[in-house]
Amino acid sequence: METKTPLFGKTLAELQTLTAEYGLPKFTAKQMADWLYCKPVQSIDEMTNLSKKARTVLNEKHSFGLTDPVDTKTSSDGTKKYLFPAGRGKFIETAMIPFNDRKTVCVSSQVGCKMGCLFCMTGKQGFQGQLTAGEIVNQIRSLPEYGEITNIVYMGMGEPFDNLDEVFKSVEILTSDWGFAMSPRRITVSSIGILPGMIRFLNECEAHLAISLHTPFHEERQQLMPVQIAYPVEQVIAELKKYDFSGQRRVSFEYIVFGGMNDTPKHVKELARLLSGLKCRVNLIRFHPVPGTPLKGTDEGTLQEFKDALNKKGILTTIRASRGLDIDAACGLLSTKALLKQP
Amino acid sequence: MKSIFPELTERKLTRHDEIAPGVFVIGFERRHVFIPGQAVKLGIDAENPPRIYSICSGPADGEICILFNVKEGGFLTPKLAGMKPGDSVFASAPYGTFLGTEDPAWWIAAGTGIAPFRSMIRARRTAGKTLVHGVRHVNQFYFETEFREALGDHYFRCCSAEKTPGVFPGRVTAFLENQPDLPAENKYFICGQAAMAVETRDVLISRGIPFTNIITEIYF
Repeated sequence: METKTPLFGKTLAELQTLTAEYGLPKFTAKQMADWLYCKPVQSIDEMTNLSKKARTVLNEKHSFGLTDPVDTKTSSDGTKKYLFPAGRGKFIETAMIPFNDRKTVCVSSQVGCKMGCLFCMTGKQGFQGQLTAGEIVNQIRSLPEYGEITNIVYMGMGEPFDNLDEVFKSVEILTSDWGFAMSPRRITVSSIGILPGMIRFLNECEAHLAISLHTPFHEERQQLMPVQIAYPVEQVIAELKKYDFSGQRRVSFEYIVFGGMNDTPKHVKELARLLSGLKCRVNLIRFHPVPGTPLKGTDEGTLQEFKDALNKKGILTTIRASRGLDIDAACGLLSTKALLKQP
Repeated sequence: MKSIFPELTERKLTRHDEIAPGVFVIGFERRHVFIPGQAVKLGIDAENPPRIYSICSGPADGEICILFNVKEGGFLTPKLAGMKPGDSVFASAPYGTFLGTEDPAWWIAAGTGIAPFRSMIRARRTAGKTLVHGVRHVNQFYFETEFREALGDHYFRCCSAEKTPGVFPGRVTAFLENQPDLPAENKYFICGQAAMAVETRDVLISRGIPFTNIITEIYF
């Protein structure tokens, strides 16, 4: 049986290609984008300003393409974790984090991850597949809180720069005037620093960038993050220094603080040297232990001292509040391994 | 022709051998000194981004060789498989820090993840080394004769889908779990795909190996 391809997730250019293929008027593509991304409908039949012929043709080949979450967990701090099906017995998780007047959605870009970071639960489930732009944007559009979302971070399951084309398309849908019309300054894409992808991102996308740093020392980072062998963070930062971040676009560094490992004065000194000359900020993250990990978190006193020491060195440093810890929605804890069907 | 990626230069293939069904060794003239375990970025043309491949030849060999299997639906490997000596590829200088040393170590590989260890044995860095190679089928023990000659009793083969005498029937992780003694002070080099590498690392850590002694290279 032929599977209907979803319309949701197609860019305006892709919709224009479709309308040309089906012999529909050119303006139909813009009308479709309006229904897909700007109006609260869920079926092709509800696209009432399209001709009956257009709706019939589209219904033959396509679905609208929205997918509701199949499970929700709510944290005592208000954070919610949604479970979305991603086809063929696979699932992804999405976190919605309310904080003051903001509601931030943390979206996944892949099912699992192939980067193998030592401290990450998603890495332990291996890689099961790429998400389409539609599956990425659906994580926002199909939330009950849709309409109240203020910020989007690509910090869920997967490495965004390992699925760059679909991530670009999703950002295009989120930021275009024919799409969700969000400011790219409300979107942050986070990466472990896959250099070719990062260069494309900096040249082709206006969203903020976050780089997972975690230690400034090569050998130590190699032990935590295998990507360091292929794309050393020293090269990543050297590349970032070629770009101008003095305007509204921001680059930040994520730094999970591990007790007795990367929280020393030696690390402060080396971070200051490495980031010297780059306008950026550092977000310190409390470590949330994953099963079997040899790593441990740092104590609150050391965390504060580390933050203060970096700020004294002129590096704007903050401590990220841990949210959704009681439902495993906090940083590094997303995983759908237990739900994977055996082949 | 000049690549849009400044680190890549055009090279002519000097070798193109299919060593097992769908598995190839290709090579081009060596122009740089390198350390066994290093990799090159390799592209098929001047426009598309390169991929990273471990070098499987030795530092004294005249060629830089890589080992790859054809990924169905992949962009690069089907094209590389269809090439012949004299055709052009675009390659970087060797780089990377997955480096073989003279210290005692366990080398753990899955499939074509054997490549960097072949470079290490060609550099005669075999003293105190133990190699565990995991594959699905018995015809995937690439460079088997060379490893047996170089490592003798310290060369272990694991096959998950077929049984044959002298080969551990199962995955690398099962082999390691069955080892009575894994020396904590040794270095452990793991090379392969993400799931295997992460599971192997977890097994080693559960067996008391400090994570600081584990070096993991994952095929991205």
